[in-house]
Amino acid sequence: MSDLADLAVREAASLMRRGDVSSLEITNAVIDRAGVTESHLHAYLTFNQDAARAAAGEADAARAAGRNGGLFHGIPIALKDNLTTRGTETTAGSKILSGYVPPYSATVVNRLRDRYAVILGKTNLDEFAMGSSTENSAYGPTRNPWDTERVPGGSSGGSAAAVAVGSALAALGSDTGGSIRQPASLCGIVGVKPTYGLVSRYGLIAFASSLDQIGPFARTVGDAAGLLEAIAGHDIHDATSYRGDVPPISTALQTGVAGMKIGVVKELSGDGIDHEVAAACRAMYSKLETAGARVTEVSLPASETALSAYYLIAPAEASANLARFDGVRYGLRVDGDTTEEMMARTRAEGFGPEVARRILLGTYALSAGYYDAFYGQAQKVRTLVRRDFEAAYEDVDVLVSPTSPTTAFPIGERIADPLSMYYADVCTIASNLAGDPSGSVPISLDSAGLPIGLQIMAPALHEEQLFRVAAEVERLAEFRQRPELATSEVRPA
Amino acid sequence: MPVDIDIAKVAKLARLALSPEALAEYDSQLQDILAHAERVGALPTEGVPPTSHPLPMTNAFRPDEATDSLDREEVLEQAPDREGEYFRVPRILGE
Repeated sequence: MSDLADLAVREAASLMRRGDVSSLEITNAVIDRAGVTESHLHAYLTFNQDAARAAAGEADAARAAGRNGGLFHGIPIALKDNLTTRGTETTAGSKILSGYVPPYSATVVNRLRDRYAVILGKTNLDEFAMGSSTENSAYGPTRNPWDTERVPGGSSGGSAAAVAVGSALAALGSDTGGSIRQPASLCGIVGVKPTYGLVSRYGLIAFASSLDQIGPFARTVGDAAGLLEAIAGHDIHDATSYRGDVPPISTALQTGVAGMKIGVVKELSGDGIDHEVAAACRAMYSKLETAGARVTEVSLPASETALSAYYLIAPAEASANLARFDGVRYGLRVDGDTTEEMMARTRAEGFGPEVARRILLGTYALSAGYYDAFYGQAQKVRTLVRRDFEAAYEDVDVLVSPTSPTTAFPIGERIADPLSMYYADVCTIASNLAGDPSGSVPISLDSAGLPIGLQIMAPALHEEQLFRVAAEVERLAEFRQRPELATSEVRPA
Repeated sequence: MPVDIDIAKVAKLARLALSPEALAEYDSQLQDILAHAERVGALPTEGVPPTSHPLPMTNAFRPDEATDSLDREEVLEQAPDREGEYFRVPRILGE
């Protein structure tokens, strides 16, 4: 391996354990990589190289003193900028939070710091995680490392681009309707949305609280498993966080798929799926069969209505959650003669178009006279989506589909047409409505050289089944390609 | 079926002081989105209970113990306007 920035987390961790390299050397390599790639990609909103070097030095000193933080000890990672970091600006990609320095850190951030992980900075996102392309950031778009004229996906596009290009070894994102899995797919890396409640949401700036979940990005399935294990578990600060034991994850990686029953989602196989994406997925299903799995087709009839239900439920919850941005306690204020006028001006000025659109949509769906027809009906459809999954999991262990109906699309192509942008989530949203774990693993490139991801879905709290299949897909796909930007000679823009 | 939206009223409820041009554009976009969202009415849902949350949980208890809260000064430093230990806002009542 020529460059430490290209190491998998497990390789880097074992080199550090043996004393062959220090966290500071790895961190410096990643900082150097970012120095080359950031001018092309804009993956980060805040990049703290001095703080990262200091944290790496502390991680090295702690190791020398005999302390062991586990797999992520000394590993440089990135955080999506909707995770609060005490003392470091946190904007959620919004102008309304420009300059906001949180007085507390998210639980996941504290857990990683306690384990001596090195935090490099905060990554770009669609404003308040609303979007599928990272074009909705108030601070400008992130570009796809495989083709900088294309989007990295979203909303966690900055985290996905950083991991894909080596300006972080791993990263955290959040997923409300696909915001980890879809950018992982479009950037050719692994991304996982855990079971709802498995990871504390304390300190995640809320978008839709019954759907939001924090999860890992990494270049390998094993690294994603390790990062999830580092952040999972009950937290007293999140009343919805799961109180039981975290399911065994890393131990499932070597098990293989012999004897497993894998269901291919019928509704996500044909219409609306790009033919190269569909063909790549079908080729992988055959390989899984050869590896000993039993692959059958499964129907999820309500899934075709899931997108409609999601685009009522998520905006409804968002309209309530984003009421807190009112110019009183933090962030932007635009003056007015009365408090109400100040609030309405602040919000009109501080929110970008997609956020305003969803607040209006959610406010309408919840308003008197329309509640039953829209929000109430969407909640019933959500029950039907869950029942579909429950019925499917009586026959199969996991479900598979493409992660995204297309590979990365050009910047600007969908930004003026909200519905076409929403369609980017068509494969991913059902898992959020059900609360089930779901992940994306890269399987190949299309004819334009853009990554294709396979989505693996499992029943709630059965992450081990998801990772068992994900690890086998990773072995079978032998996807080793990296974006040219990560492998070319240093060429600052 | 065209959806009936009083966009100015919705914007007022949402506390968004939008220009007439912006309201007209959002009105048209919301029409498109809601026409798609109306598909939720096409599935038979008689007797189906709503799901508001993915976890079958009711109450979440924790020990009733005093713990540290956020640092008051650090919190107030983020306020756009303050007076001593208070957040300060323009007058609340209209004319």
